[in-house]
Amino acid sequence: MSASDLSKYETSKYEIVIGLEVHAQLRTESKLFSPAPVTYGAKPNHSVEPVCLALPGVLPVLNARAVECAILAGLATHCTIHTRSVFARKNYFYPDLPKGYQISQYEFPIATDGWIEIPVDDGEANAAAKRIGLTRIHMEEDAGKSIHDDAIAGSDATLVDLNRAGVPLVEIVSEPDLRSAAEAGAYLRTLRSILRYIDVSDADMEKGNFRCDANVSLRPRGQEAFGTRTELKNLNSFRFVEAAIAAEARRQVEVLASGGEVQQATMAYDASADRTRVLRLKEDAHDYRYFPDPDLIPLVFSREEVERLRAELPELADRKSMRFREQYGLSEYDARQLSASRSLGEFFEATAERHGAAKPVANWLLRDVLQALRELELEIDESRLAPAALASLIRMVDEGKTTANSAQTLVPELIRDGGDPEVLVRERGLEAVSDAGVLAAAVDEVIAENAENVERYRGGEAKVLNFLMGQVMRRTKGKAAPGSVRELLVARLSDERP
Amino acid sequence: MARITLAEVHDVAKLSRLSLSDAEAERMTTDLDHILEYVETLRELDTEGIEPTAHAIPLETPMREDRAVPGIDPELAVANAPASIATAFVVPKVIEGEDEG
Amino acid sequence: MPAPPGTLRELREALEAGATSSRALADAALARAEALQPRLNAFAGLRGEAARAEADEADARRRRGDVRSVLDGLPMAIKDNMVQSGEPAACASRILEGYVSPYTATAVQRLRDAGAVMIGRTNMDEFAMGSSTEHSVFGPGRNPWDPARTAGGSSGGSAAAVTAGIVPAALGSDTGGSIRQPASFCGVAGIKPTYGRVSRWGLVAFASSLDQIGAIAHTAGDCAAVLETIAGGDPRDSTSLPEPAPAYREALGGDVSEVVVGLPREYFVEEGVDPSVLATVREAVAELERAGAKTREVSLPHTRYGIATYYLIADAEASSNLARFDGVRYGRRARGARGLTEMYERTRSEGFGDEVKRRIVLGTYVLSAGYYDAYYRKAQQVRTLLRGDFDTAFEGCDVIATPTSPEIAFRLGEKTDDPLSMYLSDIYTVSANLAGIPGISIPCGFSQGMPVGLQLLGPALDEATLFRVADAFQRRTDHHARRPPEIE
Ligand SMILES: [Mg+2]
Ligand SMILES: [Zn+2]
Repeated sequence: MSASDLSKYETSKYEIVIGLEVHAQLRTESKLFSPAPVTYGAKPNHSVEPVCLALPGVLPVLNARAVECAILAGLATHCTIHTRSVFARKNYFYPDLPKGYQISQYEFPIATDGWIEIPVDDGEANAAAKRIGLTRIHMEEDAGKSIHDDAIAGSDATLVDLNRAGVPLVEIVSEPDLRSAAEAGAYLRTLRSILRYIDVSDADMEKGNFRCDANVSLRPRGQEAFGTRTELKNLNSFRFVEAAIAAEARRQVEVLASGGEVQQATMAYDASADRTRVLRLKEDAHDYRYFPDPDLIPLVFSREEVERLRAELPELADRKSMRFREQYGLSEYDARQLSASRSLGEFFEATAERHGAAKPVANWLLRDVLQALRELELEIDESRLAPAALASLIRMVDEGKTTANSAQTLVPELIRDGGDPEVLVRERGLEAVSDAGVLAAAVDEVIAENAENVERYRGGEAKVLNFLMGQVMRRTKGKAAPGSVRELLVARLSDERP
Repeated sequence: MARITLAEVHDVAKLSRLSLSDAEAERMTTDLDHILEYVETLRELDTEGIEPTAHAIPLETPMREDRAVPGIDPELAVANAPASIATAFVVPKVIEGEDEG
Repeated sequence: MPAPPGTLRELREALEAGATSSRALADAALARAEALQPRLNAFAGLRGEAARAEADEADARRRRGDVRSVLDGLPMAIKDNMVQSGEPAACASRILEGYVSPYTATAVQRLRDAGAVMIGRTNMDEFAMGSSTEHSVFGPGRNPWDPARTAGGSSGGSAAAVTAGIVPAALGSDTGGSIRQPASFCGVAGIKPTYGRVSRWGLVAFASSLDQIGAIAHTAGDCAAVLETIAGGDPRDSTSLPEPAPAYREALGGDVSEVVVGLPREYFVEEGVDPSVLATVREAVAELERAGAKTREVSLPHTRYGIATYYLIADAEASSNLARFDGVRYGRRARGARGLTEMYERTRSEGFGDEVKRRIVLGTYVLSAGYYDAYYRKAQQVRTLLRGDFDTAFEGCDVIATPTSPEIAFRLGEKTDDPLSMYLSDIYTVSANLAGIPGISIPCGFSQGMPVGLQLLGPALDEATLFRVADAFQRRTDHHARRPPEIE
C-alpha cells in the first residue's frame, strides 16, 4: 500500500468531528465601545480616538446598533436571546490589544442554543438539509493589526495599527456537529448568507470581516466519545477552511495510524505546503483571567425590544427557497440558487412580477445574469440592470423581436451601464431577422456551400442539422430566430431531395 | 508559608509581564502569603447562594447611538509612542506563538 | 512667604469685593507651592504660565461682569491621575514619564468651564495605590502639621496643598479612602461622593468599580461648591449616574435636629484603634448631639471583612487596568530589550514601583485559573453582604459617624515594610467604596498635635445630608480654622 492508500484506508476508519468558531464583523458606523469610525483600508491609526488607543483614563460606552445586530444574528439562527448579558475582560498581552484585555462576553453571552440548517450536497439536485447546533453567540471587540514589513520596520520590528481595534464582532460558536470539510464549508456559506440577509455583517472573508477557527478531532467510527481536538486558527478563505481541515484530519490520521496520540494544541495551516503545524501546545495555553468588566454595566434589554427586532427580521434563505418552489414552481436547485442572497431573491421576484412568468426569468438570471456578474466581479446589488429592463429583454426574446443570442450579448452592458433594452436592440441593429427573403437567401447559400454535409444529413445523420443551423446563424450574425431557421432548413433540405 | 509559593509568584509575575529578581520574588512571596493569610478570614463566611456585587449602585445599561466622530489626528495618536514610523507604532518583532489572541 | 490664603468662600468674597484678583491669587498659589515644595513635596508639577494666563482671563471676565460660577478665577489643583489636554499626567509613576494627554477629564473640564484656575498636579501614591503618598516617583509627600509624618494617601498631595494654604480646594480620588484619610490626617474636609456621581472619564483607573473623584477643601461648604460643579451624568462614563448635579450648597446652614446619627457598634471598639482618636471622635459625636442630632447604635456586622474584600477586588481590577502600560503606545519603554516579551517585562518591571507590582501580582493571582471562585467571586459575594449591612443600618439612621482612620498620621517609613499594616489602616473607609455610598471626613479635633477626622457616611445619593451635618458641625467648631503652626 502506498502512503496515500494507507491514509485513505485509515481515513475510512475514523470519523472527523468539527466545530467552528466564526468571528463576523458587525456592520456599524462606529466601534463597539468608542465613537471612532469603522473604516477599511485607512492608513495606520487614521481611524482611532482615545478609547481605541487605550489612553490612560478612557472608558467604554456600548454601541446600541451593535447590540441590535447581535440580537438579530441570534434570532436568525434560532438562538435563545438573553435579556441580561455581561461583558467580561479577557486578559492577555499583545501589541495589537491596546488595553491588555479584550472586552468580550464569557459567562453570560447574549445568545445561546441555536441552530442553522445546511445543505448536505450529495451531488443530487435534491440535497438534504442537516441541522447544525450553535452553542453561543457573544459580542466582542476586534484587536488591531500587527504589520510585519521588513522593508519599513526592519527585520527586528513589527508595526502596530489600531484602526481595527474595537470594531464590533460577534463570535458564533457551533456545536461539534460537522462531519467533513465540505460540511464545514456549507456551514460557513449558510451562516454568511444569513448574516448578509439580515444585514448585520458584510461577512466578507477577503476583507477579514468573516473569520474562522476550526476545532478538529477524529474518533473511530461508531465511537461515541470525542477524540482529542486541535484548534486551527485564522482560516481566512472558504477554500482555506476546507483545505486546512482536510490537512489537519490527514495529520491526525497519520498520528493515530502510527500508534501516537493527538495532542491538544493550537495549529496553523500552511497553504503552500498544504500542511498544518503546531503553534502552541495545551500546556502553554493562556490563562485569560476572565472577569466582568467593571467599566460596563450588564447589558439588559426588554423582551419587547427582542420582539420588535424579531418582527424586523426578513424572510431567510431556507424559508424563501421553499416559497419559491411552491409559488413559482421552481426546482429545488433553482429555488435554492435564487434565494442564496437576499438581493438576488428580491431581484428575481421583481423581475418575475414584471415579466409575468417566473421560469424564464429564473433561467435568465441563473444562467446569463449570474455569469456576467461573475465575469464583471460584481454583486447583484452593484448592478445597474433593473428588474424592469431584464423583464423587457426577456419579453423581446419571447416575442421574437430579438434572439436569445443577441439578448445575451446585451446583458453585461446592461449590468455595467444600465439602459433600456428596446432602445439598445434598435440602436445595435439586433432585431431578429424576420424578412423571409433574407432568411431564405441565407439558407440557400448554406445548402449550396455545404454539399457534403447536406448529403450526410440526407443520408440520415440528423445531427448535422445543428451544424447547418449554426452556419445560417453566422451568416445572419445571430439575428435570425433559431425556430424559423430550423423550420426553413428542414423544409428546403427535404424539398430539394433529388 | 503554603498559601503561595515562590514558583507561583514567578508564574503569576510572568502572566503579568513583570520580571522579578530572586530577592524581589522572595520578598513578594512573603508579603503575599501574609496578605492571603489575612484574606482567608473570608472563608468564615458562608456565601452560598449570595449574588456577587460587581457594582454597588444599580445603573441602567447606558448605550450610545451608532454615530461616528472623526478620529484624533494620527500624528497625535502616536505622539506619545516610544517608537513609531509614520503613523504606526513600532514594537520589537513579534515572534509567532507569542500571539495570544 | 506670602500669607496663607483662606477658604474657597473667603477667596471668592475677596474677589467679589475687589480686594484681590485671580491673577494675584494664582501668583500667590504658585509662589507658595514652590516655596513649600522642598518641605511638603505636595506637587507633581505646576502650570505657571498657563495658570497665570487663565487667571488673567478670569479677571477680564470679572471686569466685564461675566462671572461664570462660584469657582471662577479661584486657584485649584488636581491629583496627578486626572488628565488634561496638552499636559502631563504621570500617576506618580515612572512608567508614565513624559506622557502628555491629548484629552481632558470630564471633572477637570467642568472645573475649567466654571473658570477655576488649575495651578498644578498634586503628588500621590503611584496609581493611587497606597495610604501615605510614599509610593511616588516624585518622592514622599509630607504632612504640613509635621513633615516627618505622612500626609496620608493616596491623595496626600491634594490634602497637603489645601492644608498648607496653597490652594483653597483640590480634587482627589478615593478608591478605599484615598480622599477621606489624607483629609483626616491633614485636618481638612474631603468628600467621596456616591459611586457614579462624578464621571471617571479621564481619571486613570485603579479599581474601576470603586474609584470616585471627590473634593478636598477646608470646609464642607467648599466641598459642596466643588462637587456641585463636577458632579452629574456623563455620556462617556457608563458607570456615571445620569442625574444632573444636585444643588448641594442648599443643604448648608440647615439644622440637624431631625437628623439621626448611627454609631456602628463594630467601629467603636477599643481594639485596633488609637484610644485618643476614638475619644476625639466620641466628643465630636457629642457635639452633634448638642446641636440637636439624635444618636443611636447601629450594626455593620461584616465590617471586619471589609479590608480583605476590598484588597481582593481592588487588586484584581487593578491588575487588568494596569495592563495597558506596556511601553507600546505611550510612556516609558525599557531600552535594549530583545524581543517583545522582554520589552514588556523590562518596561513594566522598571516602570512600576514595588507596591504597584505587589498589587498586580496579587490581583493576577486571584483572577487566575482555579482561584477565581475562592477569591474574586467570594469577595464580590461578601461585597453584597457589606452593602446589605448599610441598607439595614440606614433604615434606622440618616448618617453614620465613625473615625475616618484608626490613627493619626503615622511617621514616614513606619509602614512601608509591612504592606498589610498599611492596608489595615483603611479599615473605616473601604466599606463606603465597596457599598458605593458617599462619605465625608471633617476635622474634629487633635491628638498629639495632629488632626483627627470624623467620617460621616450616608445612603447612596444623599451627599446633601452629609454636607448638612458636616456644615452644622463646622459652624459650631473651629478645628477647620486651625493651620499648621510653622506655616502660619
Ligand atoms: Mg474563541
Ligand atoms: Zn473571539
